[in-house]
Parts: sequence; structure tokens; C-alpha cells
Amino acid sequence: MGIDVNSMKPLDNLCHPVSVIKEAEVLAADAFGSKHAFFMVNGTTSAVQAMVMSACKKGEKIIMPRNVHRSAINALIISGAIPVYVNPGVNKELGIPLGMSYESVKQAILENPDAKAVLVNNPTYYGICSPLKKITELAHAHHMLVLVDEAHGTHFYFHEELPQSAMSVGADMAAVSMHKTGGSLTQSSFLLINNQVKEGYVRQIINLTQTTSGSYLLMSSLDISRKNLALNGKEIFDRVIELTRYAREEINKLGGYYAFGKELVNGDTVFDFDVTKLSVHTRAIGLAGIEVYDILRDDYTIQIEFGDIGNILAIVSVGDKDFAIERLISSLSEIKRLYSKDKAGMLDHEYINPLVAMTPQEAFYTSKHSVPLENSRGKICSEFVMCYPPGIPILAPGEYITQEILDYINYAKEKGCFLTGTEDREVARINIVTEYEGSGEEE
Amino acid sequence: MELWYTQEHSPNVRLSIKVDRHIYSEQSRFQRIDVMESYEFGTFLTLDSQMMVAEKDECIYHDMMVHVPMATHPAIQKVLVIGGGDGGAVRELTRYKSITHIDVVEIDKRVVEVCRHYLPQTASKLDDARVHLYYEDGLRFVRDKEQAYDLILVDSTDPFGPGEGLFTKEFYGNCHKALKEDGILINQHESPYYERNKGSLQKTYERVSAFFPITKFYGACIPTYSSGYWLFGFASKKYDPVRDLKKDQWEALELDTQYYNTAIHKGSFALPNMIKKLFDK
Repeated sequence: MGIDVNSMKPLDNLCHPVSVIKEAEVLAADAFGSKHAFFMVNGTTSAVQAMVMSACKKGEKIIMPRNVHRSAINALIISGAIPVYVNPGVNKELGIPLGMSYESVKQAILENPDAKAVLVNNPTYYGICSPLKKITELAHAHHMLVLVDEAHGTHFYFHEELPQSAMSVGADMAAVSMHKTGGSLTQSSFLLINNQVKEGYVRQIINLTQTTSGSYLLMSSLDISRKNLALNGKEIFDRVIELTRYAREEINKLGGYYAFGKELVNGDTVFDFDVTKLSVHTRAIGLAGIEVYDILRDDYTIQIEFGDIGNILAIVSVGDKDFAIERLISSLSEIKRLYSKDKAGMLDHEYINPLVAMTPQEAFYTSKHSVPLENSRGKICSEFVMCYPPGIPILAPGEYITQEILDYINYAKEKGCFLTGTEDREVARINIVTEYEGSGEEE
Repeated sequence: MELWYTQEHSPNVRLSIKVDRHIYSEQSRFQRIDVMESYEFGTFLTLDSQMMVAEKDECIYHDMMVHVPMATHPAIQKVLVIGGGDGGAVRELTRYKSITHIDVVEIDKRVVEVCRHYLPQTASKLDDARVHLYYEDGLRFVRDKEQAYDLILVDSTDPFGPGEGLFTKEFYGNCHKALKEDGILINQHESPYYERNKGSLQKTYERVSAFFPITKFYGACIPTYSSGYWLFGFASKKYDPVRDLKKDQWEALELDTQYYNTAIHKGSFALPNMIKKLFDK
């Protein structure tokens, strides 16, 4: 813990770097091919928020898919920016949201020429990539900034077989979770900027919410992992790509499971696929992803990234030995043999198109009250409901609560998903926007 | 000059064997392989410096691993050996004319090659026409087999290093699936004597007994192995190793064994109270 020190002069100051932190940021920018790189110690959440708040002021519009991480919608609550949601395509069979299609982004841009920015989630948690280059060119032609939530795409910068990175296609800003696939300590992250985005202004925005006591443990880990990736990234991800390729092939041989991959690529809503994400569809063996996730942990001592309604996701990294992959595959084989059941009665969709009534900021700060979840149908939600991970809101502030959503929440609860977001710890009650003309009969 | 090979049996106990010559050494992709010649135990092989086979006492280990299931279930025809690259278990298996097919899955090809060269005493029968060698991970090999074998011998290294996957719950489940309805699984269990091994022994028992209705242990004295007292696991869907011992049938084969006989067979399942206590639930 001897390196847990604070911003004395020789150590520079994260709020206003002029010496060693600045040098490290220059090296990071060089490694990622950006104009500048900011060291972030409040997580990628703060990088996403800094992107949104740098691009949009109160009342300004931002185009984004609805399946973003909670951090992006939180940024809207803080800034008062107005989301224009683009419906991501959905793969009905797998129950996963896809990327934004070029046409749907184009339509949103044409309908909202005053929007300031387009936010792209690339790749998604499941490894799905959008047509980032085309979207960037289109947005730039309409004088909009392109912000990329690249939380799950750090490795894109270090291996040519992986999908295009945000900086490589000329996007303006990107939030990169170095701690997810880059090897730095949890909570450390990079915010990359490019083109005309002003370093000084972005720094001011970051400083609105980031700690003034930046952790040197986190910053050093960012610097060390940046060096490691710059020097050994190719080799590291060669191995990860080979491990996941093998695992995908073997899991698909087991039958019942579907470890999806590049075959999903359709040039648009699945523009590309990140093969290092080992996502496996489990519904055909009659088990929800979250059930397989729990069995893997409890019975086979294998902790993976997450399980949702229809899929599990294992993130393979350089730290995984061959034998760990063999164990995962064999355990999945056993789970199928011992636990599989009829798939009838399993919920078969994941993405629910939101009905937006008001902006997230309005809905969050307006007068609201708490009601039991079952009495909330038809009301406007004032808070989030999501499974964590992946942290993509089922409901965001300002959206109507429909029966379909309530069914989904109940199903997720029943299957053992970890639900979060509400003021109520049990997620049994929900805050709704108070409508004065109505009575309080829902209580 | 004096040359001694020393193996740590516990952090506080060591066994040393005086070595005449260190005749081979290699770091393979999976482990360090060494072969030494000793005065007392003949030529011996170590993997990651752990004693694997010594000419002088390997017969005890291989006899007990092979003849115990064979005398319990003489109709065994198809056998899978996981690990066992030294060939000792295969040598004993090939003595049974009734066995028609032996698959050997050894992760490290170099172990087989080194044993062929330096330890013909154990490796000599690896070329038997019934033997099929596969150089891959045992966990992977067994995964897609269903009702395929009468007997599986897990002749692996200890539960760390390359053999790690062969002590897991999914592996025993996969073996259960790969065995026929009257199949038998034999695995080596290390010594129950030292404190540090007791935990893994109990865990293995728990995992194996979850799948096999008959799960027993049997012991043998093996001088070069930790504490000199070694346990094997006998797991079966149908046969009890003592109740179903086919004494007369086995003796009629007139196999000339150095260690095993049917009286030892029965006696080896009698365990000291202090070991029995480890498995009392």
C-alpha cells in the first residue's frame, strides 16, 4: 500500500495534469490512436457520463440505442439531455438486442437534425458491433458528434482480427473499460477523444464529478496495463481468440447449446462480432441462462460473467488456462445431461421497446411516489429497473410501465436474476410519476 | 560424489533415494520429465519432480489398479486408461485375452516417448494391437463418450498440474456417462496420511459417490509414494468389489502376478479406522 499516495507535486494532479500523469496520458493516447486519453478513476461510468455531458447541454438531443448501460441514461438525468431512442434490432431466436442499423440511425438523424450527438454501444455485452464507420460518417455529415461506449471493446485496439475500434473509424469520443478486458484494476478506465473535441473542456466536464483524490493505484494499473497491451497485445489476444474459438466449437458439439459467433454477422445490425465474448444460448436445454450460471458456480465452482434469461456469457482472458476452458465445456455437458428439461413455458424475448413519456431527468426529479410493482401498470416509471449484470435498464425513468415489462420483471426474479435500480431494496415497489389529475387508487 | 533424489511428502517429511545416474531431463509443453537410475529402486520416472513409476515397486500400483476390477468383473472388454503414459497399466491389461480394446489418453506425448526409451519394463505393451493411443486432454476425450467402456482407469498425476481436471466433478460425471451400466471406475487417490491430502480425498469421495452407488476405497503399500500407503478408489454402478469378487474364475486364468492375489484383493478394502472416519458423514 506504499504507493497509495495523493497528488503531491512530483506526482502530478489528475484534475490538471502537467507532468507524470500527462506523460502517461500521452502514451495511452498513442497506444489507442486517439488525440488524447484521460485517466479515469471513477469507472467507465464516469467516462460515459463525461462523453454525454461534453456533447450535450440541458435540453439538447442525443441519439442512442435503448439497450445502453445505466451509466448513459444516468448521464441524461444529470445533464437534462433528451434521448432519441433508436430501436436496436433484436435476434428473436437468441433474445438478444443487436446493434443499431444504419437505416434506423439515418432516420433518427433526419428526424432530429438538431441532435448534438449519436451514442453507439460497441460492442454490446454479447459482442455485437454496429456499422460504426458508416454511422460515424453519416453523423459527421450532419455535424453530430459520435460517442462510443466501448466498455467491452478495449481489446479491439490491439488485434487486427478483432472488430474496428472507435478511434480507428474516426469517432469523436470513446469510453474504454481498461479494467474489463485490458487487465487494469477494477474501476480504472480511459476516456479517449479525437478530432475537434477540446481536451480542456472535456477535462472540466470530467472534473464536475470525478474525485479530486485520484487513486494512484488505479492510475498506475492503467499505465502498466497500457504498456502490457502495447507491447504484448497481439500475442495475448491471439491466445484468447484461439481459446474462444476452441470453446465455441466444442460447446456447439455438445448439442442443445448454441455458442454463437461470426455467423450472425449480417453487415448491419450485426456488423461484426467480437469472438472473444463466449456467449452461449441455453434455452434449448430448457434452462434460463441465469440458471446455468448459478449451477456452474454452485456445483462446478466456475464463476462466469453473467447469465440472463436466454444466455450465459463467459469472458475469456489471457489469465485462463486451457484446462479452465476444458472444465467449462465439460461442466456444460454435465449440466445438460443432469438438468435439461422441456423448454416449453420459457419466455422467449428479451428486448422490450420502450414507450417514452418524459425525459429521464424530468421523470427522476418530478414528484413521485412508491407503489407495489403489481399496481404500477400503465404508470410512468420514475427510476430504473434492471438485472445486474448486464445493467441494461428494463425500465428507465420516464417510460410507461406495461404488462409485458411487469411479466418480464417477474420472470427474471423467479429465475434468480439480481434485480437493481429501485429505491426499494427488494424491488417489490416502484417509484412512479405522480399524476395529479388521477386519484391515488393504485395504492 | 553423491547424488540423491528427494521428494517432499509433506512440508516436514522427505524421502530421498540415492541416484546412480540422472539419465534424462526435459521440460515438455506440460511438465518437467526426468528419468534417473537408482541403486534401490531401479530406473524411475518423475513428473514435475513427483515420483511416478519406479521399476522396483511399480508392480504394486499397476497390479492393484488393474487386477482388482478385472477380478470383480471378468467380462470387461473395452477399457479406457486416462493418463498412464508409462504403459504399466496397459501392460497388465494386455495379459487378459478377454480384453478387446484399450484406449489410452495421455496429455503429454513426451511421457510416452521417454518411457518407451528408458522404461521398457512398463512401456513394452503400448504397441499391442488392441491399444490405441490418444494424445489429448482426458477431460475432453471422455466428454462425448456414452456407454462406451466397461472399465475406466484414471492413472493420472496428482490433483495439481496437468492432471488437475481429472479430479473435478464434471470429470466424474463424464466418466459415469462414458461407462456401460455395469462399468467400473478406478482412480488413484494419493496418500490419506498427511494432513494436506485429507481434504482432497474427502472432496473426491464426495464427488465420485454423487454419481456411483458403489464407491469404495482400497489401499496398498507402495514404498516410493508419499507415506508409503496409497489409496485407490473403486466406483461402480453395479458390482461390489468384495461381494462380487470372482475368485475362482480369476485364479483359473493363472496369471503370474508379483503383488496381487485374491486374498490381498479382499484385504485391501479393509481400511484403518482413522481413514474410515474421513468418510463418515
